[in-house]
Amino acid sequence: MAKMTLEELRALRDSKKAEMLKRDINGKDTQVIVGMGTCGIAAGAKVVLDAFLKTLDEHRIGNVSVTQTGCMGLCYVEPTVEVIAPGMPAVIYGKVDAGVARQIVEDHIMNGKLVSDHVFDHPSTDILKDGGK
Amino acid sequence: MAFRNYILVCGGTACESSKSEAIYAALVSECKAQGVADEVQVVKTGCFGFCEQGPIVKILPEDSFYVQVKPEDAKELVAEHIVKGREVKRLLYNKETNRKHAKAEDIKFYQKQYRIVLRNCGFIDPENIEEYIAREGYAALEKVLFEMKPDDVIAELKIAGLRGRGGAGFPTWMKWNFSKQVESDQKFIVCNADEGDPGAYMDRSTLEGDPHSVLEAMTIAGFTVGAQKGIIYIRAEYPLAIHRLEVAMKQSREMGLLGDNILGSGFSFDIEIRLGAGAFVCGEETALLASVEGRRGMPVPRPPFPAIKGLWGKPTVINNVETWANVPVIILKGGDWFSQIGTADSHGTKVFALTGKIRNSGLVEVPMGTTLREIIFDIGGGIANNRAFKAVQTGGPSGGVLTKEFLDTPIDFGSLTKLGSMMGSGGMIVMDEDDCIVDVAKFYTNFTVDESCGKCAPCRIGGRSLANILEKITSGKGEMSDLDTMEEIGSAMKKASLCALGQTSPNPILSTILHFHDEYVAHIIDKKCPAGKCKSLITYSINPEKCIGCTACARKCPVGAISGERRSTHSIDPAVCIKCGVCHETCKFGAVEIH
Repeated sequence: MAKMTLEELRALRDSKKAEMLKRDINGKDTQVIVGMGTCGIAAGAKVVLDAFLKTLDEHRIGNVSVTQTGCMGLCYVEPTVEVIAPGMPAVIYGKVDAGVARQIVEDHIMNGKLVSDHVFDHPSTDILKDGGK
Repeated sequence: MAFRNYILVCGGTACESSKSEAIYAALVSECKAQGVADEVQVVKTGCFGFCEQGPIVKILPEDSFYVQVKPEDAKELVAEHIVKGREVKRLLYNKETNRKHAKAEDIKFYQKQYRIVLRNCGFIDPENIEEYIAREGYAALEKVLFEMKPDDVIAELKIAGLRGRGGAGFPTWMKWNFSKQVESDQKFIVCNADEGDPGAYMDRSTLEGDPHSVLEAMTIAGFTVGAQKGIIYIRAEYPLAIHRLEVAMKQSREMGLLGDNILGSGFSFDIEIRLGAGAFVCGEETALLASVEGRRGMPVPRPPFPAIKGLWGKPTVINNVETWANVPVIILKGGDWFSQIGTADSHGTKVFALTGKIRNSGLVEVPMGTTLREIIFDIGGGIANNRAFKAVQTGGPSGGVLTKEFLDTPIDFGSLTKLGSMMGSGGMIVMDEDDCIVDVAKFYTNFTVDESCGKCAPCRIGGRSLANILEKITSGKGEMSDLDTMEEIGSAMKKASLCALGQTSPNPILSTILHFHDEYVAHIIDKKCPAGKCKSLITYSINPEKCIGCTACARKCPVGAISGERRSTHSIDPAVCIKCGVCHETCKFGAVEIH
């Protein structure tokens, strides 16, 4: 992308904000966000990321985007993954390995069923959800 | 088919010990009995961190938060909440809000963590600038460049009362103002990312999770003080943080948010990364600047402060990663908003890396004034393996230990210093009864001896002497006069050392002598290590009444010190034993005892 003007930055922010709210990127309505700080990677987040991509591919699921993020702060249950799917509460899963990743795809994403024993809570409320006001 | 309700039952250790397993089973069978099993999923989850009020049951999507639930409540919960859609008010946690609905978000406990610095960590993709922008990213820079004057920025920081998060707590607005007022052809903005305290990883995680927040803040500082050049000094041991910073800088340059004529404002600013080789002393700002200039990392006396005369003799604003990450939010939401958070003289939040013998280790961000108890027991879930809390070490090698009588101290810049420790950069290591306090003091002292740059005598010679005395005590040769000697050397180092490294390195010793005098006495007089850590002071032996002669310990012993026939009592030869402790860990019957 070329250098932006102030107006272009504002326009970009508005359009991206709408996307972030819906969290749908390029027609994808479900997001899998893998915590990939050093702690997550050390605990095996890369294997988990690969397992998600592989399982989604096997089931030919096209509406899910898999992205990475930093440390969610729940280092004691790394690797952590947040799953945001339509009609489902946003959930953080902890202690995820390749097997649990497969279960999340098959139960949570395909059948709307949470994966018991791996659900954790968000550590705090979001100070920017009101638009930074 | 998707479910219409999810019932989350806390399966953390604390809740499980108060029958959450039975609650789970009761809810599952009630859902079946009342014919809603197909519409509702009952889920066992990890700890909600609110163990005080456990067992916790949360029902989604209403987000109703039920506390102290008993198995016999399951029937009512299903019949009322699920079938009739009415919340069971008597079980809702609403004591604090006095409202009919208790949503998890409204509960004060969840305000215990308040994320300003970590607002984007674990939420956005750090390698995608568009996600940062969508979360009000670069909106503060926009506001500064087009709506504010440099003095307005400083005024806003002054109202906010932001103080440096690296440990010293110097008011940020003053640093910026000093640099701004100096006339100079060139000025510099520096980010101190040389995080080196054992067990601390707040800055690394912030850079890994939200690199743009630091870039944006440094650019704002550049505009404010009149600098065109920023430098991020980060240790080479943080490859992922470096990579994410490089990606972020590249994206910012491509979009014109770094570089010449930012957003057409006429202001130009760019940032480069300098890698440190991992010397602890380079976290000290004058040593850091020497290292950036290519000289050996050694501190020089202040004043002059870097804000007046810093990098290559030019005015230099140097702040820590966490301080920078606060700046864009303060500009955006205002200094008033920020000053409402925290205590009277310490505004905002502090990020802590909670580690050690804690159940939920992790990165927590809390408002200043939160107590140690809230962090360790409510957020951290208490001590792992049901052991007893012994002490918490804060402030790394510069800090000290705090005992359980201080758990209710609200944490801010002043409070912990008064107790002989310090808030420091945010490392928080929790210790249980198995940790030997003398051994802990020895660990930190050896750390600072290794990391001392050697320039000034109090730190170089004093530190070594302290380490020698601790070695003497832990090997069973200590005398009571050693304690006085250590206090004498320690207080001399505090007064006479050149930089904070030497001035604070006796803290772990001084605070442990103060709070754990008995444990030093046990090592010196009784020649015993109560925690069983100091090898010279312990012996392993096998209790004949418990030993069943399984041979497990003898097979594991690396030096063949254990003898005994199968099915008969074994014994350890103390002359051969190297006290590695493998037999103690191996024995399933608790027959290997430490004395």
